[in-house]
Amino acid sequence: MAVMTYREALNAALREEMERDPDVFLMGEEVAEYDGAYKVSKGLLEEFGDQRVVDSPISELGFTGLGVGAAMAGLRPVIEFMTFNFAFLAIDQVINSAAKMYYMSAGQFPMPIVFRGPTGAALQLSAQHSQACETYYSHAPGCKVVTPGTPADAKGLLKASIRDNDPVAFMEGELLYNMKGEVPDDDDFIIPLGVADLKREGSDVSIITHGKMIHVALQAAQRLEKDGIEADVLDLRTIRPLDMDAILDTVAKTNRVVYVEEGWPYAGTGAQITSMIQEEAFDHLDAPILRVTQADVPMPYAKGLEALAKPSADRVVEACSRVLYR
Amino acid sequence: MAETKTRRKSGGNHKKESVAALEKHGIDEALALQLLSDMLLYRRFEEKAEEAYAIGKIGGFCHLHIGQEAGAAGCIRPLAEDDYVITAYREHTQAIAKGIDPKAVMAELYGRVDGPSRGKGGSMHIYGGDVRFMGGHGIVGGQVPLAAGIAWKIKYKKEDSVVVCFMGDAAVNQGAFHEALNMAAVWELPAIFVVENNEYGMGTAFSRISETDVAERALSYGIPSSSVNGQDVLETYAAFRDLAEEVRGGGGPRFVDLQTYRFRGHSMSDPVSGTYRSTEEVEERKKKDDPIAMLRDTLFGAGLLDQDKLEELDAEARALASEAADFADASAHPAAEELFHHVWAEENHGRLFFDGRERNG
Repeated sequence: MAVMTYREALNAALREEMERDPDVFLMGEEVAEYDGAYKVSKGLLEEFGDQRVVDSPISELGFTGLGVGAAMAGLRPVIEFMTFNFAFLAIDQVINSAAKMYYMSAGQFPMPIVFRGPTGAALQLSAQHSQACETYYSHAPGCKVVTPGTPADAKGLLKASIRDNDPVAFMEGELLYNMKGEVPDDDDFIIPLGVADLKREGSDVSIITHGKMIHVALQAAQRLEKDGIEADVLDLRTIRPLDMDAILDTVAKTNRVVYVEEGWPYAGTGAQITSMIQEEAFDHLDAPILRVTQADVPMPYAKGLEALAKPSADRVVEACSRVLYR
Repeated sequence: MAETKTRRKSGGNHKKESVAALEKHGIDEALALQLLSDMLLYRRFEEKAEEAYAIGKIGGFCHLHIGQEAGAAGCIRPLAEDDYVITAYREHTQAIAKGIDPKAVMAELYGRVDGPSRGKGGSMHIYGGDVRFMGGHGIVGGQVPLAAGIAWKIKYKKEDSVVVCFMGDAAVNQGAFHEALNMAAVWELPAIFVVENNEYGMGTAFSRISETDVAERALSYGIPSSSVNGQDVLETYAAFRDLAEEVRGGGGPRFVDLQTYRFRGHSMSDPVSGTYRSTEEVEERKKKDDPIAMLRDTLFGAGLLDQDKLEELDAEARALASEAADFADASAHPAAEELFHHVWAEENHGRLFFDGRERNG
C-alpha cells in the first residue's frame, strides 16, 4: 500500500495502462504540455510522447468524435474532458456514436473508450461549471458510468474502465483530487466494474450513494452514530453496471433507505434506484425511501446560496431521522 | 430507362473527344466498362429499394443515391482494400462499392438477419468491418470527427491507408465538420473529406443558408480543396485516384467539393420536387447530368460500347438487384432474443439492463 492522492492514483492508473497497452492514448484540452488542467496527466507527455498524450483544440465535439473513430478502428482512447460541464458539447458523439455503435453494427464495432474528467460542483463556480452529469450518460444503454469516490477506487476503477470493451463515462470529483488515501501498489490492482463497496457498516438505516457524496454520507453517519444510530453506507462506485445485489442486501438488513446524490432529483440516479427497490424489495421496506439531492435549481454563485443548494450532512441526517420516524 | 434506351446526338468530333476524355483521365476500356457496370448496379439496386419501400418491405427513412452514383463508383473504386470509407445515411451504393455484398445490403434495408447489422441498423446504419466500410451514420456531420479518428489510427499505427469521408453539403454548416477539419489539418491526418454537394440539404437550397461556397470551407483550415464534377465518373475516378496517392504516406488531408445532383427526394418519404425545387429543374438535370448517360455517351463515342453490350450490362445489373431483393425477402426476421444482443461488448458484475424484462440467451 502507498498513500497517495486521488489525482496521483488516476495518474498512476493512466501510466500503468499506457505502459501495458500501446493502443491506449490520452487526448484532451491541456493534457500534455500543461500536465492537465487538474494535473492528472502530469509527466505523461514526457514519458509517452506527443502521439500518445495529445493536446487537443477546444473542440469537445470534435475530439470526442475523433476518439470514437479511433476506437472503431481498434485503438483504446482515453478522452479527457476538462470538466463534464464542457462535455455537453460532445454528448452527441458519446450517445449517438459511442454508446450505439456496437448495437447498430450488430457487434462489428466494440467501443473501448473512456471519457473522463471531473463532474459535479467545486466551490463557487456557479451554474455552468457546477453540475453532476451522471444521469445523462447512465440513461443511455451502451454507456457505462463509473464514479470513484476514493483514491483506491479511482485507480482500480480507471484501470478496469480502460480495459473494458464498452464506452465508459468515468466521472471524477474536482474536490477529491487532493484527497489522500491508501492505494495498492500492484500494477494489476483492478476493481471490477459493477461491484459496490460498503464504506461503513451499520444496521439501522442504509445510506446509498456514489461518487464524492460518499463523504457527505460518511459524515452524516458519524453524526448519527452519536445519537446511537448505525448507518450502512453503500457506495455504488458504478451506476451502470449496477450492483443490485448489494443494494438488496443492505435494504434487507436495515429496511430503511436514503439515497444521496449530487445531481438534481428529477429522473436522477436516486429516482432509478428507488424505483428498483420498491419493485424488488417492497416487503423489506419499513418507510418510504427519501432522496437527498442538489436543490432543484441551477447552482448559484453566492457562497451561502451554494451551500444551501448542495446536499449536506445535515440534510442526510434529517432524512435518516425521517425514515427512522425519529 | 433513359440511361440505357436513348443516346444523345453527337457531333463529328465526338469520337475524338470521347477517346481524349478516357486518355486524359488515364482510364482504359476495361476500367471504364467496370465503372459503367458499377453505376448500373447502383441504380438498379436503388430502384429495387424504391419498389420495395413502396410496398412496405422497407420502412423508416430510406435515402436513395439515384443520380449520384458516380460518387460511389468514382470515389471508391480507386481505393485500396485496406483504405477506409465512412459516410452519412445515403450510403447503400457506397457500402456496395466498398465491398459489401448487395444481397446483404438489401437484407439490412429489409430489416433481416442477413444484413450486416442483422436488421438492427437499417438503411442508415450499414457497416462492413471486414471491408473497412465504417458506416452509415445518421446525424448530419457526425461521421466527420469519426473519420478524423480513423485517420488518427492510421497515423498512430504508421499504416499506409487513407480514409475517405463522405458527407452531404448541409454538413459543412455543422460544428463537427469544422472541428474535425481543423484537427485533421493540424495533425496532417490521411483523410479525404468529400462533400457530395447535391445543392440541397433536404429541402433547403445550399445557397439560401450559406454565404460561402462549399469548396471554400476547407481553405481556412489550410486543407487543399478542389471541385470535381461528380456526375462525370471518369473525372471523379481520376481525382480520387490522384488524391489518395497524395494523402497516402503523409501528404495531409484533402477536401473535395463533389458537385452532383439527386434525382429523387431527400428520402423516400419526401417529394422529388415541389416547394423547394421545380419539376422542370429536376427533369432538366436528369437529361443533362445523368452520370450513367454521360459515361454511356463517352463509351459509345469512343466505340467501346454498343447498344447490345449496354443492354447486356444493364441486364446483369438488374439481375443482381433482383437477386438482392429475393435474397432479402427470403432472409429471416430477427428473432426476439436479438433485441438484447450487442448492447454491451463486455458483461460485468452487476446489472446492465433495467427494463425488467426476461432475457433469453
